[in-house]
Amino acid sequence: MYAYDELDRTLINERVSEFRDQVKRRLAGELTEDEFKILRLQNGVYLQLHAYMFRVAIPYGTLSSKQLRALARVARRYDRGYGHFTTRQNIQYNWIKLAELPDALAELAEVGIHAMQTSGNNMRNVTSDQWAGVAPGEVEDPRIWSEILRQHTTLHPEFSFLPRKFKIAITASEHDRAAIKIHDIGLRLHKNADGETGFEVLVGGGLGRTPFIAKTIKPFVHGRDILSYVEAILRVYNQYGRRDNIYKARIKILVHELGIEKFAKEVDEEWKQMGHSALTLDHSAIEEVRSRFSYPAYEKLPHMPDELKQAAADPLFERWRKNSVAPHKVQGYSIVTLSLKPVGGPPGDATADQMDAVADLADKYSFGEIRVGHEQNLALPHVAKRDLPQLWRALDRLGLATPNVNLVTDIIACPGLDYCSLANARSIPIAQELTRRFANHDTSDMIGRLHINISGCINACGHHHVGHIGILGVEKNGEEFYQITIGGRADENAQMGVLIGPAVPYAEVADVIEDIVEAYLALRDRPEELFVDTVKRLGVEPFKERVYATR
Amino acid sequence: MTSPLEQKKIRIAGPSVVTANRTWDGAVVWRTAQKGWSTALSEAAIVNTSDDARALLAESVADDVGAVGAYIAPVELKGGAIKPGNLREHIRSKGVTIDLLPA
Repeated sequence: MYAYDELDRTLINERVSEFRDQVKRRLAGELTEDEFKILRLQNGVYLQLHAYMFRVAIPYGTLSSKQLRALARVARRYDRGYGHFTTRQNIQYNWIKLAELPDALAELAEVGIHAMQTSGNNMRNVTSDQWAGVAPGEVEDPRIWSEILRQHTTLHPEFSFLPRKFKIAITASEHDRAAIKIHDIGLRLHKNADGETGFEVLVGGGLGRTPFIAKTIKPFVHGRDILSYVEAILRVYNQYGRRDNIYKARIKILVHELGIEKFAKEVDEEWKQMGHSALTLDHSAIEEVRSRFSYPAYEKLPHMPDELKQAAADPLFERWRKNSVAPHKVQGYSIVTLSLKPVGGPPGDATADQMDAVADLADKYSFGEIRVGHEQNLALPHVAKRDLPQLWRALDRLGLATPNVNLVTDIIACPGLDYCSLANARSIPIAQELTRRFANHDTSDMIGRLHINISGCINACGHHHVGHIGILGVEKNGEEFYQITIGGRADENAQMGVLIGPAVPYAEVADVIEDIVEAYLALRDRPEELFVDTVKRLGVEPFKERVYATR
Repeated sequence: MTSPLEQKKIRIAGPSVVTANRTWDGAVVWRTAQKGWSTALSEAAIVNTSDDARALLAESVADDVGAVGAYIAPVELKGGAIKPGNLREHIRSKGVTIDLLPA
């Protein structure tokens, strides 16, 4: 966990006071909506279909139990008793009242949580691997660097009015769980030949109406130079990024139009001019941030405790363990993913009661720490293996032990037309129907790893382009239709999915997905060949034929 | 928010209402014939011509403190009742179409 210092606490509290005054003036008619809109957006407040939506940042996806209880309290007191975890390690409340927002923000500020820069054309929440600091083989904890970037960019005047929003993600593991290649800047922490820590810097990734996979702009930037190099990129973007057309304003368009070589040259020239002395991180500055992260006092525990051996006789426990429990860097401990994708449930939603209960379980079994992943699930990062059976029973009672992590029902979905004012079509009911179709865990185990991503519009909050199966809602003559892509992926081998054919109506989507999965099962050359690898081997044609031959 | 320039382009194809979100809590509201806002679609002022729609929208937008994001939405008139004219407005009127998690 990262402990905020006095400066952080003062900043957050001052922001709450400032926003309280802005809301008061808005409600009194002293500010028009046009004047107020940019102010509310800077505090994570959108206007959606039914109400205001309030987006709260969870920096690099790390929460304390105390913070999670505060999020639960806000859900209970100021909303309708639940919250929605997003693909960028935020939580959204769908029914918040503007008049009560300052009180909600004040409660969150008490535990060091805020909503700054969760919307607007600025640097958004710097995200990271939800297994940061505990994943075996990790180079080092990427959250140190996420925090350094967070501090530098929060309320940075030069980056508060960028051409468009700007997102950074950092990973330090070989397997990318942070989806860095679909971010404006992706940072992959690694070591050079001399053993020094630095970053491969990727730039220009993003989804939306013009999707691009990020390109490597520099294979290695030393850790001490990362602030200056990121700042050089932002300066070039700030100078040349388009402000005349919202659809062409993201950095991915600039990188695409200039070409990565020319863009890199511009950045290098800017970097050189900056002299990068003022922003060079000295060792003590990095260590100061590192020192504010606390790590658990792990016990020396056996690799295979008796409790785990005994519980292995229970097939339900074993199914869950094999699916939701991952290796930890410390012997005797595990990382446990809590599925927020129950059969028939809205993906990523958690009730206030569930949040409170998870906070209690985190205190009991995970040193009081919880993580939020971009796949819209939670994780307990430090669970002793001996405690896994008890934890499983507790999670099962809470509806948080669905053994479907990374399987066909672990669906990423945006709020869609049920909540979002930008959406053309619904996402959540499609996801819910699919979880019912594939509710049999034997079937989903047999299918294997398969990521379905659903977006209710081209803005792609459900990351449909990079789903193994992507579903995009569109509107045709007032009716909901859905385009289906296959073969996308968001990991270290990220690529965009390929459209298989004409959009299908709402009522047929689940049937089409079943057809695609059945085709895969018939076409894969062995049970271990993942869906996405079968698509890579055979292309989309066999799937297209299966879907459209009878339609 | 619909700008005055965009309002000039408004053409309606059937009975319509003006809807928005109430400023203090964001609740879905409809403009009434009494120049106020109501959370009941049944109390909405109905317009049938583009000129009337533009006028109702202009009046609604001017009430910036009462409600935000005003726009014209289609409705259907069935047996004297006012029904939302499309899925989006149905969801705004009736609520989400999904099963929520049990509290």
